[in-house]
Amino acid sequence: MLMKFGVIQFPGSNCDQDCYHAVADVFCQPVRYIWHKDKTLGDVDCVIVPGGFSYGDYLRTGAIARFSPAMKAVAAHAKTGGLVIGICNGFQILCEAHLLPGALIRNRGLKFICDHVYVRVETTDSPFTNACRRGQILRIPIAHGEGSYFAEPNVIEQLKREDRILVRYCDKNGNVTDAANPNGSLENIAGICNEARNVFGLMPHPERASEKLLDSEDGRLIFESILATAAFR
Amino acid sequence: MKTDIAIEPGVIAKHGITPEEYGRIKKLIGREPNITELGVFSVMWSEHCSYKNSRPELKKFPREAPFILVKAGEENAGVVDVGDGWAIAFKIESHNHPSAVEPFQGAATGVGGIIRDIFTMGARPLLGFNSLRFGPIEESEATDKDTCATNRRLFAGVVAGIAHYGNCIGIPTVGGEVYFDESYNGNPLVNALCLGILRHTQIKRGCAKGTGNPVIYVGSATGRDGLAGAAFASRELTKESQEDRPAVQVGDPFMEKLLLEACLEVMRKDGLVVGIQDMGAAGLTCSTCETASRGGTGNEIDLDLVPKRETGMTPYEIMLSESQERMLLIAQKGREKEVEAIFKKWDLHGVTIGRVTNDGMMRVKVGREVAVEIPARQLAEDAPIYHREVKQPDWEIRNSKFAIRAVPEPKDYAEVLVKLLGSPTIASKNWVYRQYDHMVQHGCAVVPGSDAAVVRINLSRPDLGVPGAKGEKYIAFTTDCNGTYCYLDPFEGGKIAVAEAARNLICSGARPLAVTDCLNFGNPMKPEIFWQFRRCVEGLAEGCRTFGTPVTGGNVSFYNESPAGAVDPTPTVGMLGLIDDPRHITTQWFKTVEDGSSGDVVLLLGEICERTPSLGLGGSEYLKRIHELKTGTPPRMDLAYAKRVHDACLDFIRRGWVKSAHDCSEGGLAAALAECCMSNGNAMVGAEINLSQFTGRLDAVLFGETQSRIVLSCAPQHAEGILRSGLLVTRLGTTGGTSLKINTSRGMFAWDVALLRDVWWNAIGRLMD
Repeated sequence: MLMKFGVIQFPGSNCDQDCYHAVADVFCQPVRYIWHKDKTLGDVDCVIVPGGFSYGDYLRTGAIARFSPAMKAVAAHAKTGGLVIGICNGFQILCEAHLLPGALIRNRGLKFICDHVYVRVETTDSPFTNACRRGQILRIPIAHGEGSYFAEPNVIEQLKREDRILVRYCDKNGNVTDAANPNGSLENIAGICNEARNVFGLMPHPERASEKLLDSEDGRLIFESILATAAFR
Repeated sequence: MKTDIAIEPGVIAKHGITPEEYGRIKKLIGREPNITELGVFSVMWSEHCSYKNSRPELKKFPREAPFILVKAGEENAGVVDVGDGWAIAFKIESHNHPSAVEPFQGAATGVGGIIRDIFTMGARPLLGFNSLRFGPIEESEATDKDTCATNRRLFAGVVAGIAHYGNCIGIPTVGGEVYFDESYNGNPLVNALCLGILRHTQIKRGCAKGTGNPVIYVGSATGRDGLAGAAFASRELTKESQEDRPAVQVGDPFMEKLLLEACLEVMRKDGLVVGIQDMGAAGLTCSTCETASRGGTGNEIDLDLVPKRETGMTPYEIMLSESQERMLLIAQKGREKEVEAIFKKWDLHGVTIGRVTNDGMMRVKVGREVAVEIPARQLAEDAPIYHREVKQPDWEIRNSKFAIRAVPEPKDYAEVLVKLLGSPTIASKNWVYRQYDHMVQHGCAVVPGSDAAVVRINLSRPDLGVPGAKGEKYIAFTTDCNGTYCYLDPFEGGKIAVAEAARNLICSGARPLAVTDCLNFGNPMKPEIFWQFRRCVEGLAEGCRTFGTPVTGGNVSFYNESPAGAVDPTPTVGMLGLIDDPRHITTQWFKTVEDGSSGDVVLLLGEICERTPSLGLGGSEYLKRIHELKTGTPPRMDLAYAKRVHDACLDFIRRGWVKSAHDCSEGGLAAALAECCMSNGNAMVGAEINLSQFTGRLDAVLFGETQSRIVLSCAPQHAEGILRSGLLVTRLGTTGGTSLKINTSRGMFAWDVALLRDVWWNAIGRLMD
């Protein structure tokens, strides 16, 4: 069964091509771009809010993008249960748009980091991780300057209680340690979902880890989970 | 600034124009120029824009080949054919002076400028590269604390600036090189490169054709920033250079991202764009007169229509401003609305500021008043050409008399390797490249840290603007230059820069195709400096001829001098290679083998140690780091032999025999072997090496930098084929275990690979953080 994907394009998006490529060429699913000025999403099943520097990120990451017409449509799509995945800048935008709680702040080392990291799948109870094993270790790249996840203690407690932390930074062997935390995220959080579990934001780039040529295929599992969700509907 | 400044000798001199050049200007326009015109001539006839000192030498480069689509000097960047109707545009450019004064913005705008040069050609930028040189970041007797702190500040600022611009605009910075040497104290080198892909039919030219066609300005508004940066870059750096800070521009990568997307979209509308040029050095001046000159036309613009950031700007300031992220395009008459609609989509504002004329004049008006009227072709093309004096420097002769006999062999060889791997020049550059997004655009097939970057180009990407295109192309890229070699012997150094670049591509499984170069030197008025320049160019030219890699363009940067003297001559070579089959992609690190099977065989292609009095140790990192000597005769480069080694290596790779290939360079064979063992942090592999049959000086065997050597590893069944190839090949040992063991005429040395990696991987981070 095919799933229709839409990739939002903000001015300054730069991982839009990568997401498009992964969906179209690696997973052979229909995909189209959604321009930030578009007020509707059409018939897409899953929206990808891609990485990049929307509006230059000069004010605060994602702060301007949230006001775009397309993001209003994304919020409406999410409200009706449609799938939304925000990657990197997309995660930052989803937080700014209050589709996800918390915020992404400056990396603790104050530098941009581009590297392969390991994340541990904390729960398979989501449309984005159901093809993984619980505790499975994925090798996926990150590339961000502001990826340190922050939220108030009660929010963190709620995320834990409701099993909404989908992936955590870990070492090669799956240990969630401070040394394995690249950016100072609270609780080593790499990705979370909303209460209804249909909106997922993560800093690592699964689209960059979907082909053997690019050194890791572990990101495929995220896309395969999404496709498996479609099959069950 | 007042507009009615009298043109006195002092004013002329301040513009860097000699009395003879002033005479030439008067003859050309038939009268005295006004101050704006004088400013226009000063930037167009600066070394940066006119190559007035370097042009006769640059003619020595091979520049022709059947696969060259746009030749060196013709346009903003060279373009080469890569098959199936596809082409690649690439170019390197320096931003040394701005980076010395303001490292972050200087480097950032260097990246922005070179990216514009590439998309101006109609190409989609695919990758960035940078070649950097700084003074030492580690205190020593030769480098005091303050100098070191300054160098670290410059290094950190430059890297952050490159990261800021490249990451935001979304063009992966996939590789580069960083060297540290005293000669770069106070005058760092920042050479930025960009490469893009396009169809042959998508090539655009910076050419104003068709009388009456509109001249459209798009991008950032013009401000007073970067006033006369081209002239600034054509002077030596002094203490007072800090006061030139307003000559450094400020970059806005987001604006450039919009410009990039909008310009590519406009260019891909059939026949809409007649010509396009970025406003880089010398801004509006350069883009107007060069497009008219190439088109054999003139143009007339009105400065009242130019979008301005500040009020009260004089014509002089507007014409000489180097505000970033601006483009000038010439569209087809009557289709202005189509251009406007595309720019509007990207929230940009395209403004028609003038028209193409047929009288050959570059005419700049302010309302109805004429501010500048100069024949465009003469302004762009008829800068004076100088044939500078040359003199071989005394230091070259002095250094060539150095005898290696005078240097004692080290007592502790094991310690020497550790020290070399911890040398910032040899150490891993992960502190740098982890700050660059090197993976965006889904093409990074070999991450930074191997001999060359390898990038997959997905031809079906919608943003290439070729509906229905299928398939992939694979390219490799590298930049190389050892300035110390060039300082000691500029001709050999030039040859080595080209040969090393070619060797790095070969080791990655690519066949070298073409070159762009960035020639960084001191003041060309000094005969010793011009000697270095000439000899380096001749060395580069000879190398390029041997490897069949013509020069497609680049940049000359003179006046790289601080009060302490000139930088080492640094002719950086950027080389493009093609990989015919992705199965040929090869990395430098040894591969793990399955438990129970025997290790791979380690082989050395080429001579173990050159048979010259300096044994490959002259100018080596070993002499510098261990003996604090920067002297001797650098390693010899026999180009014909190098070509044979390269061809053989590529042949072995194509036969599927090679598991890893690594070029031997700084730090010699021992450093190369250590790198083979440790550079893949996820799968380090040890090795047992036997060099006991070599009985000469052991430091020359281990750390000498004899050229044209490649360390290979292969499965045991393929070793025979390589050993019997007719080339000089030595069986060094086998891979396996967790330590690097080298058996020598002085006994066995062993290093734990994980410990070596810690030193090598963290050396720069420990100095910087």
